Amino acid sequence: MSAFNAIGDEREVDSNEYTAGVEPQPTWCPGCGDFSVLKALKQALPEVGRNPEEVLCVTGIGCSGKLNSYLDSYGFHTIHGRSLPVARAAKLANPGLEVIAAGGDGDGYGIGGNHFIHSARENHDMTYIVFNNEVFGLTKGQTSPTSPKGHKSKTQPSGSAKDPLRPLSLGLTAGASYVARTAAVNPNQAKEILIEAMEHDGFAHIDFLTQCPTWNKDARQYVPYVDVQESDDYDFDVTDRREAAEMMYETESALYEGTVLTGRYYVDEERPSYQEEKRTVGELPDEPIAERYFDEDSEWERSYDLLERHT
Amino acid sequence: MSNDELIWRIAGGSGDGIDSTSQNFAKALMRSGLHVFTHRHYPSRIRGGHTYVEIRAAGHEVQSRGDGYNFLLALGDSFARNPQEDAYYGNEELKPLSENLDELREGGVIVYDEGLLTEDDVAELDLEARAEENDWYVYPVDLRGLAKEHGREVMRNTAGVGVTAALIDMDLAHIEDLMEDAMSGDVLEANLAILHEAHDMVEAEFDEVPELTVPTGEHDAAQALLSGSNAIAYGAIDAGCRFISGYPMTPWTDVFTILSQNFPDMGGVAEQVEDEIAAAALAVGASHAGAKAMSGSSGGGFALMSEPLGLAEMTETPIVLLESMRAGPSTGMPTKPEQGDLEFVLYTSQGDSARVVFAPGNVEEAYEQTRLAFEIAYDYQIPTILIYDQKLSGENTNVSVDFFDREPNPDLGSTLTEAELKEAAHDASGKFERFGYDDNEKGVSPRSIPGQAGGRYLATGNEHSPVGHISEDPDNRVFQMDRRLEKLEHIRDDLDEGETNQTYVGPDDAEYGIITWGSSQGAVFEAVSRLNDDDHSVRAVSVSDMMPFPETELTEFIEGVDEAMVVEMNATAQFRGLIQKELGRYGEKLTSLLKYNGNPFEPAEIVEGYEINVDGGEAEPSAQVRIEPAAGD
Ligand SMILES: Cc1ncc(C[n+]2csc(CCOP(=O)(O)OP(=O)(O)O)c2C)c(N)n1
Ligand code: SF4
Repeated sequence: MSAFNAIGDEREVDSNEYTAGVEPQPTWCPGCGDFSVLKALKQALPEVGRNPEEVLCVTGIGCSGKLNSYLDSYGFHTIHGRSLPVARAAKLANPGLEVIAAGGDGDGYGIGGNHFIHSARENHDMTYIVFNNEVFGLTKGQTSPTSPKGHKSKTQPSGSAKDPLRPLSLGLTAGASYVARTAAVNPNQAKEILIEAMEHDGFAHIDFLTQCPTWNKDARQYVPYVDVQESDDYDFDVTDRREAAEMMYETESALYEGTVLTGRYYVDEERPSYQEEKRTVGELPDEPIAERYFDEDSEWERSYDLLERHT
Repeated sequence: MSNDELIWRIAGGSGDGIDSTSQNFAKALMRSGLHVFTHRHYPSRIRGGHTYVEIRAAGHEVQSRGDGYNFLLALGDSFARNPQEDAYYGNEELKPLSENLDELREGGVIVYDEGLLTEDDVAELDLEARAEENDWYVYPVDLRGLAKEHGREVMRNTAGVGVTAALIDMDLAHIEDLMEDAMSGDVLEANLAILHEAHDMVEAEFDEVPELTVPTGEHDAAQALLSGSNAIAYGAIDAGCRFISGYPMTPWTDVFTILSQNFPDMGGVAEQVEDEIAAAALAVGASHAGAKAMSGSSGGGFALMSEPLGLAEMTETPIVLLESMRAGPSTGMPTKPEQGDLEFVLYTSQGDSARVVFAPGNVEEAYEQTRLAFEIAYDYQIPTILIYDQKLSGENTNVSVDFFDREPNPDLGSTLTEAELKEAAHDASGKFERFGYDDNEKGVSPRSIPGQAGGRYLATGNEHSPVGHISEDPDNRVFQMDRRLEKLEHIRDDLDEGETNQTYVGPDDAEYGIITWGSSQGAVFEAVSRLNDDDHSVRAVSVSDMMPFPETELTEFIEGVDEAMVVEMNATAQFRGLIQKELGRYGEKLTSLLKYNGNPFEPAEIVEGYEINVDGGEAEPSAQVRIEPAAGD
């Protein structure tokens, strides 16, 4: 029997289970896009059959990082930019968990950029949601890695001289096996993409466009948006890297020109997740490490048995 | 010359097989009943460059590299044959011979490879005159030719070992055994042939034998030859650690490698990741999810870990971190030991942060304190750090095999089962009061593991309420802060009740004290034995508990002596500063003996430092050490 009763629990899960009766009121500003991510996630989780005790939501720092304060599951609110390494290890220690990592564009593409590249490259089995509001929200509106060129803020008073980072292209290049963009203003698509991402066996990167009405007043609220899967104007094969890359390039350029394109951009179901690869080479045990500590019959190897080579 | 110890130095280039040869020779000496201690000197270069390994072997216990050495096997450096005269590193072929002469004792033995060094080269060194002056015995042997004749050039190591054995009258049986364990087929045959031929050649060609012979001894129990890194890795295994994450950096890499190689067979996980911030963050994540987890690095890498270290403190996630020091600041001297990161390790991270820091002083302590570090980390939900250095990382010494015959300890400490969680306090929303402060023992509030039914909570690096919600409530802040800090006092009490981690030598009523920490222990202890044999009255303590500090023990020690000298490998007397800070006095009673040239202390330097201090501290030390007077002096 598992030491974690919650894991593999087959019962029907109600969305309300993720919203307990008494929890802190979100401190997000009225109209903030972050509310939509929370809502979509609460709707998606029951649909993938996960109950709150099997879910570990790991976040970084920023307005976005507060996601798990309002999601009634297990949570780890880490430090700025470090949600991914914490999340990865939790998944390696207990692959039975549904691990979701989340943070902002500053958190994920700035300070945590290195972790993003390597988590995608290794294709860890998890969902990574980046709340992309094109600014640093919590620290009051400074320019972020996705702010448009020319963006004026207190720290770039003359307008940013930098081109914005291209998160979708970066996710794809780094090796993510699922890359999508959705927007707070499109709740149905957001929910569906979250479900797909959680069901995807590998690193699922979601660039989630979240408006910040407080610091990015000029920013469009990401409407009207176009769903590339719904529109006849865009025809590409999401399993083809090259076509996906071209589509991403177009999407990322268009965002700053007023055309908001969303949808799935790359889906690779063939590539095994890191966990699977590691298991194949014999570096990840079949039984979760975390379980062994609760199993009284587990036999623990001793260093004494290794001493022969030293005698 | 006395035959009570052999200190054999094999010198050559990195990549010449010096390491494996010396490891085998040390084992052969251990198997013949001797106590051994190795010291490795190497530059930060992969191939070539002057490197040596010293093996000290004696019938009695040995705790340090000793003073100087008495047998040099100078191999040619095969990577030093630089065709360009003015190449950056110059022509280094002669270095294995030329660089090592200063420390060779009177009456010592030199064997050099005639097959690689021409007579002209050697003439440059004035070797004959120096040999006469120092009563050295010099044996030029064509090791390379011999090796090539029966196998390949690299086997000249084996030829050198054969020559050594013949000169010191050592039985070849143990060496043959080891070769048979390590190789087979043609390679084994060639090596055995070389070994014997080299041995016989000495007897045939050289009439004069040195006065040095191999010492004799006997062990009462089976012995194993291992390094501090081995001991730490094995301590972790026996503590139930099954998760390690890291990024390579010398000398921490040794432990990382050993565990990476062993974990797959033990159902554990090892992860090499993108940087040290990630490495420590992974350890936090794995521990949070219910594994016993470890990470570590050396100076610069540890600097990057300061953030996740603080996160572990605030979220009360147990982790063990290693800090294997090398000479700093910055990249410093990657392959040279120093004890210069103490203050950094004690205080890195913002806020009133609390962690436990142990500094093992020898191989056995390294094993013991690694186990203890895990126990405390998981019982108290606090990060614990082992600080040690390049010297302890790499030195090999013999330890009785029985020492490791202990039960493993896979206990997750203060972690609840699902059944216990049912009884535990929950708030109105059903969240588990993971950080409750009413009902805790010794400041510890037991945790749940994600996936457990009834255990939901939020871990956060922000200050938080009992269920983990971000909270700036002043009362809660004070409660949580006090509770986290309270742990340290209880840990100190527990440590004081158990067997002490501090080690002492010398009579209880000695007049003079020496205080040291970490890997300087061995040299200090040998110096103290020597001093007491010469009718001085000296007692030494090697301190392992850096935080929480063993206040009572150290106070007693210092009160018991007239004055004391603190010996450590750094330039700013960091440990002496810690003692004065923790005890709040004794500035006038403590002097320092400091060494920071990249080489560890030799016992003679400590004896000399003692003599100078006892004499009023005016004289200049002969070696590269520094004396730092007492406050007010
Ligand atoms: C190491 C570190 N540097 C800086 C900060 C300050 N900080 C907190 S949130 C934040 C920016 C967050 O921006 P983003 O990730 O875009 O998230 P948002 O608030 O917009 O959701 C910064 C710089 C910090 N907490 N830690
Ligand atoms: S500052 Fe912006 S991102 Fe933060 S809560 Fe307000 S609207 Fe949302």
